[in-house]
Amino acid sequence: MKVAVLSGKGGTGKTLVSVNLAAVAKNSTYIDCDVEEPNGYLFFKPEDVQEEEIEVKIPTIDDKLCNGCRKCVDFCKYNALAYIKDKPIVFEEVCHSCGGCILVCPEKALSEKEKFIGKIQEGTSDQVTVNTGIMNTGEASGIPIIKKLLKQNRFEKDRPTFIDCPPGSACIVMESIKDADYCILVAEPTLFGVHNLNMVYELVRLFGKPYGIVLNKCMDEENPAEKFCLEKGIKILSKIPFDNELGSLNSSAQIAARESNKYDTMFSSLLQTVIKEVRCETATSP
Amino acid sequence: MKIAIPVDDKSIETSVCISFGRTPYFLIYDTETKESIFLDNSASASQGGSGIKAAQTVVDNHVEALLTPRCGENAAEVIKAADIRIYKSITGFANDNINAFIEGKLSLLKEIHAGFHHHGGK
Ligand code: SF4
Ligand code: SF4
Repeated sequence: MKVAVLSGKGGTGKTLVSVNLAAVAKNSTYIDCDVEEPNGYLFFKPEDVQEEEIEVKIPTIDDKLCNGCRKCVDFCKYNALAYIKDKPIVFEEVCHSCGGCILVCPEKALSEKEKFIGKIQEGTSDQVTVNTGIMNTGEASGIPIIKKLLKQNRFEKDRPTFIDCPPGSACIVMESIKDADYCILVAEPTLFGVHNLNMVYELVRLFGKPYGIVLNKCMDEENPAEKFCLEKGIKILSKIPFDNELGSLNSSAQIAARESNKYDTMFSSLLQTVIKEVRCETATSP
Repeated sequence: MKIAIPVDDKSIETSVCISFGRTPYFLIYDTETKESIFLDNSASASQGGSGIKAAQTVVDNHVEALLTPRCGENAAEVIKAADIRIYKSITGFANDNINAFIEGKLSLLKEIHAGFHHHGGK
């Protein structure tokens, strides 16, 4: 079971939900795909951390061989090559490493060079396997890191996996939810929260993923996000109350479900709800 | 001398487009012959690197100056590598800007905004 946890912006409780779900599931895998700002590991404080560098291949030009035919520049769909003063130049951060330019160059003036864009860490925290993707600052796309993170061999069939997605709905988020069996959208009870929720709501619908909402920071007042869910007929999986204890546990990077019975119960019941939803989805969909 | 301006429409009286990479057209104006041609900006619909591609169009037309309200990092790198100067356009129409340029009233564009190649918003 692969569950992706999303939100329209950072700080809504996406990490709170995914970390605590992985913690109450005990034998589980937590994957932090928020490669620009990973913070799940701060909660898990994983041990025996193994690191793997992630590299991409980008073209490099041998000016002596290049005859200035421009074929590579015209080929690049990503506009990562520009043609100036009869020579191509590479914009490394824009390059998507498709390798096409190297193939089209008739003079073999282009060759591959490796560039490190970040790393993956894997460690354990109790029985939770904690995977973290970390992108070097200044890189444009974390997608190669996410691809590596979500590689099939990381999943064990019976082990629930929780994917902490990057905020927003850009293609890096799509990459993160692509193989998920279920999506949890985390929303704050404000008008702005609704706006953010709507972004990810549209995304999961586009992908045809089963989904449900967790409303975070709920108080006894009007909740526009809840209203949104009711109007659209979206399943509300859980309402996490706004309380100081949870807030302070969370802000001191502690896993609430491991520290207090109350939160253990709360997240365990959310987990049960999610498991039920996933089962029912797999039972009803072909 | 030829100059390039990102414009909203195929007319000399059109407004300057606020986006360099996403402009629908480029006006290429020759200050000697007073000729103007309009080019489609093939980068306006591209998924990423639109600034680079738009800059390529400008470079390929051998202009000596670009008049634009703003310009991204990557685009500026292409333009500058081709020794084209970038001037900050003034609000108003394309022809106002051409006149202001000829009269030497435009200043060089100083702020270059950081690249935004995160493929769609966040
Ligand atoms: S590898 Fe692909 S994306 Fe990168 S410069 Fe070559 S053609 Fe463009
Ligand atoms: S395709 Fe090869 S030879 Fe042609 S411009 Fe590109 S690098 Fe040079």
